[in-house]
Amino acid sequence: MATNAEIESQIKAREYKAGFVTNIESETLPPGLDEDVVRFISAKKGEPEWLTEWRLKAYREWLTMTEPDWAHIGYPKIDYQDISYYSAPKSMDDKPKSLDEVDPELLAVYDKLGIPLHEQMALAGVAVDAVFDSVSVATTFRDKLEEAGVIFMPISEAVHEYPELIKKYMGSVVPQRDNYFAALNSAVFSDGSFVYIPKGVRCPMELSTYFRINEAMTGQFERTLIVADEGSYVSYLEGCTAPMRDENQLHAAVVELVALDGAEIKYSTVQNWYPGDENGKGGIYNFVTKRAVAHTNAKVSWTQVETGSAVTWKYPSCVLKGDNSIGEFYSVALTNNYQQADTGTKMIHMGKNTKSTIISKGISAGKSQNAYRGLVRMGPMAEGARNFTQCDSLLLGDKCGAHTFPYIESKHPSAVVEHEATTSTVSDDQLFLCQQRGIDTEKAVSMIVNGFCKEVFKELPMEFAVEAGKLLEISLEGSVG
Amino acid sequence: MIEIKDLKASVEEKDILKGLNLNIGPGEVHAIMGPNGAGKSTLGNVLAGREGYEVTGGSATLNGKDILDLDPEERAREGLFLAFQYPVEIPGVSNLEFLKASVDAVREQQGKPALDSVQFLKLAREKCKAVNLDQSFLKRGVNEGFSGGEKKRNELMQMMLLEPSLCILDETDSGLDIDALQVVAEGVNAMRDANRSFIVVTHYQRLLDYIVPDYVHVLANGRIVKSGGKELALELEEKGYGWLENGNDNGAE
Ligand SMILES: Nc1ncnc2c1ncn2[C@@H]1O[C@H](COP(=O)(O)OP(=O)(O)O)[C@@H](O)[C@H]1O
Ligand SMILES: [Mg+2]
Repeated sequence: MATNAEIESQIKAREYKAGFVTNIESETLPPGLDEDVVRFISAKKGEPEWLTEWRLKAYREWLTMTEPDWAHIGYPKIDYQDISYYSAPKSMDDKPKSLDEVDPELLAVYDKLGIPLHEQMALAGVAVDAVFDSVSVATTFRDKLEEAGVIFMPISEAVHEYPELIKKYMGSVVPQRDNYFAALNSAVFSDGSFVYIPKGVRCPMELSTYFRINEAMTGQFERTLIVADEGSYVSYLEGCTAPMRDENQLHAAVVELVALDGAEIKYSTVQNWYPGDENGKGGIYNFVTKRAVAHTNAKVSWTQVETGSAVTWKYPSCVLKGDNSIGEFYSVALTNNYQQADTGTKMIHMGKNTKSTIISKGISAGKSQNAYRGLVRMGPMAEGARNFTQCDSLLLGDKCGAHTFPYIESKHPSAVVEHEATTSTVSDDQLFLCQQRGIDTEKAVSMIVNGFCKEVFKELPMEFAVEAGKLLEISLEGSVG
Repeated sequence: MIEIKDLKASVEEKDILKGLNLNIGPGEVHAIMGPNGAGKSTLGNVLAGREGYEVTGGSATLNGKDILDLDPEERAREGLFLAFQYPVEIPGVSNLEFLKASVDAVREQQGKPALDSVQFLKLAREKCKAVNLDQSFLKRGVNEGFSGGEKKRNELMQMMLLEPSLCILDETDSGLDIDALQVVAEGVNAMRDANRSFIVVTHYQRLLDYIVPDYVHVLANGRIVKSGGKELALELEEKGYGWLENGNDNGAE
């Protein structure tokens, strides 16, 4: 007989399907961080002088900063000298020019993860940039995108090919010393994607970057920059996985979005880094800074499904700079076992008639802790600005925690801020009704959880909404099928 | 169809069923009446396998199969259906999705092919109509914001979709106005079949005017204390249960 008590034990043993390690010969820097390491990374990528200096400046800033401790998370102190800051598959030394030249073993990794990179097999209408440890291994559909004038390439290449764009926008949304982890990322960032959509262009396909950590003892520090020029539109999706390992690994990414006048960016994340085992051993520490600037009449929409990582610290934000700009944040954060998540958003209303919507769904199971932390700031010029926040928590079992930390600052009398919050559980009566109709507990819980997340899933691109639903199911699934 | 022998069960260490015997043949409708707290709902819950109801003795076999060791969902797939006295709401899960999951699970067990979404929708709409519920109820959350009568009709719709071999209706008539009661009764009558049996738990003779039972039993103090034909219900209506409570405890044959 299955009960709430039993669901707890069932969901304890989640199956992490992306947990395999690939034996690929890699060049990995020994652990440790100093100016030489920063210079090494920069040299490895053949970066111009200005960028080396940019990194060094960030590194020096970082040295003066302290790790933030205000989040509702606890973890042993990270030893930054114990981490390797660069790792790349050897076969990537001489940059392959096309997919045919990419090490088949590397391609096999992505096949195994369900992300085939061969274009004939790839998901129709989705271009993928695959980042393996510190380097990008392949970007699909580049020619087709070029026809539309869309630039989609590893940021390490964009530095050479579009230095003006990179110089202008990198660090413009998240400055080097924005916070401790952003400064660290600015010093040692490895690879990531660069996207530029020209004026008035509607990007002809979904863009997607898939991040994979493979090497042990390495950190991943990717950086993504998306610039949507006036009146353009792009939908971008990010996915992440890592092998199962006993030790914790650091992931500190920076994502910057620039939506110029009238542009729209839809940014979706399915984060499934290794969460650690059922006893809380191992897993990724995920400290991520994501921010967007929306200019006049622009719209930025963040959708995230966070199921992985031992620790998540992440607040995708919108600076609504231009009048009538719109910011949206749709989030599902699921924590199980000993996972901890402190996630939410910041909506900074600067322009007149700016609008923001926040829908946050937190699901806590096992002994996990799940916090929503959100700031809504109505600036002194934000006449007629509006925010609506809805923050729902679902508790599975009685050993987990859900927390809500809303911060509201309003400096304009005409601004309207609305906040709604609910907490619910799956009751034994609900489970019994399902069972009495032939539906087993696992399926019942997954149906209830999926129903709880519906508002957020419908914001995901079609193909990924289905994936996200399955991912939640797996994350809550017992090891016996 | 179902054979219950000397069934004993407790809830929170309190003995509720104290040796209950009941034998229901295929196609029969048995009404169970009795005072509040007698154990009528407990009987349904024990048979359905609800958590917290501990079987301390006896047996129950459905179509020759011992069901007391099965998980609740397995019993459901074996054809046991319990219509709830107070159907619970499951917000966010659409009625249609819930019904499909339910029918899929039961059909799989019966070795029938799964219905595709189009076929299922057609079937669900048909049953909606049969219980006089608007199609819009398929899109709403399970029982979410339904009135008492709508919840009961939703239960009936599930019963029609699942085509169980044993239907247990626990005070399905309570809280229903006469029109809703007639809809439910008509639905049940339409489902009466040589291969399907019913246990109808009710307080009121009124329901039995519409669903005419083959047998009537009185459950008091954890046992069947009297059994008879449909006339017994009328007698009970007149005399109450007092005269039976200390009576003999011969089980129904
Ligand atoms: N879940 C439960 N927890 C505690 N006591 C219960 C529970 N279910 C039933 N009981 C007790 O069992 C006895 C029989 O209840 P029930 O089967 O609901 O009676 P009836 O349906 O005949 O009115 C009552 O004393 C009731 O308080
Ligand atoms: Mg009752």
